[in-house]
Amino acid sequence: MLRDITLGQYYRTESVIHRLDPRVKLVATFAFIISLFIAGNLLGYIIAALFLALCIKLSNVPPKFMFRGMRAIFFLLMITMVFNLFLTPGIPLVSFWKFTITKEGLRMAVMMAVRLIFLITGSSIMTLTTTPNNLTDGLESLLNPLKKVKVPVHEISMMMSIALRFIPILMEETDKIMKAQMARGADFESGSLIKRAKSLVPLLVPLFVSAFRRANDLAMAMEARCYRGGEGRTKMKPLIYKRIDLIAYIVLVIYLALIIVARRIDLLGIIGF
Amino acid sequence: MKNMIKTDKLVFEYIRRDEEGNVEGITRAIDGVDLEVKPGQFIAILGHNGSGKSTLAKHFNALLYPTEGEVYVDGYNTEDDDHLWDIRQEAGMIFQNPDNQIIGQVVEEDVGFGPENMGVPTDEIWERVDESLKAVNMLQFRKSSPNHLSGGQKQRVSIAGVIAMHPKCIIMDEPTAMLDPNGRKDVIRAARALNDVEGITVILITHYMEEVVHADRVFVMDKGKVVMEGTPREIFSQVERLKELHLGVPQVTELAYELKKSGVPLPDGVLTREELVSELKKLAK
Repeated sequence: MLRDITLGQYYRTESVIHRLDPRVKLVATFAFIISLFIAGNLLGYIIAALFLALCIKLSNVPPKFMFRGMRAIFFLLMITMVFNLFLTPGIPLVSFWKFTITKEGLRMAVMMAVRLIFLITGSSIMTLTTTPNNLTDGLESLLNPLKKVKVPVHEISMMMSIALRFIPILMEETDKIMKAQMARGADFESGSLIKRAKSLVPLLVPLFVSAFRRANDLAMAMEARCYRGGEGRTKMKPLIYKRIDLIAYIVLVIYLALIIVARRIDLLGIIGF
Repeated sequence: MKNMIKTDKLVFEYIRRDEEGNVEGITRAIDGVDLEVKPGQFIAILGHNGSGKSTLAKHFNALLYPTEGEVYVDGYNTEDDDHLWDIRQEAGMIFQNPDNQIIGQVVEEDVGFGPENMGVPTDEIWERVDESLKAVNMLQFRKSSPNHLSGGQKQRVSIAGVIAMHPKCIIMDEPTAMLDPNGRKDVIRAARALNDVEGITVILITHYMEEVVHADRVFVMDKGKVVMEGTPREIFSQVERLKELHLGVPQVTELAYELKKSGVPLPDGVLTREELVSELKKLAK
């Protein structure tokens, strides 16, 4: 079930992007997403596409692997496109039966689709090239200023990394409980959707009980190993910016500048659309 | 010599409450235990389920506090909050379920977790991680995910995680209960090596008799009390008494005991196969 989701799972390989500091990748992803909303015209999207292509090339992740995950959002993409296509008022282009496709609608639909695809590809480059651990470390370090306003940043990132560590364990456990109940005649596969959902209840109860027991054990094990929150803790793998990270930041700034400049140049106007 | 661990008339009671929070009953899990552990010893604590041995272990790491009496770890009273972290650093703890005590997503990160908490500088953490993984023979798995290891390997990672904190004493609470025989052997071998080579005091809590044979001293617990105490040989010569306590003896000891009962003149408390073989050879001459 959950195993099939490849969207944004870490892809182990060696590349420049893999070596970047997670903070750079987080900031860049965020900036890229914002840039997609700044870029309002064709030239902007061309620049974004080039930037994205460059990142994909540098990341060494096979594009096939990257786009396989896209299938999951295909449905969402279609809905957005259809709604935008038919429901945007403006100058009609084609109309049949009750539906009208307007010039603005077409423009909007294409723009939304491109935005969505870019957005997801962009953020999946980040997760594909960064281990979850690195990602939580980066997040903790970026959010560190929030500690001043009493946001428990360290605790949140600790929770995230523990959750990530226990996902496979709990999945295995679900499998085990499922098989144990199937062996005693439980049926998870047939019947209506509601019936199947109902049959999951006896699965969830033991799963929760065991999750709580595990949490209890883990808390005790952490305490036994002197865990006392983020105060006075050192890091085994501290995040240190290197030259390559600086270069990445410069590239990012250049990209953002280009996007902003591109807003003023209307390619579509030039070719007369 | 100073005691590594000393308990003085230790009593611990679990209070059971009903849904409104009224006291329903009190279970005395530990009932007046006095014991002393010298530095460098390999101690085994035996007992069947519910004999209070795990509860006792949790007192050695200040995870539980005595209801009555006192527990001293390396001279510190466990109820003294000022030394809580010293105690937890000096007395490391290994638990039964290997999955529920590994925090890191990569083996080396998990081993580094303890030193990180103690505020050890980064370079030294790496040194400690290297030496600890080497000590349990897990260095080649340092980059693996704990989820891909066998139970015995996971338990050795947990041991490395404790060693990296440079403890004086390791308390193992049934570390082999969820492992297969091979994993069990590996873990016990690692524990003995720590005791022999590094001189770390080991307290092994178990109900597998074979693991007890090499201990310096054995405590047998029943209903919260220490009912037998002595060297493995002294303990295992009292086969009848152990059976009364619902405990077995190692297979070889049992065999020797049965042989003796049916008339073969063997000594009491034969512990290993080699011993039995040589004793039998002596008889054959």
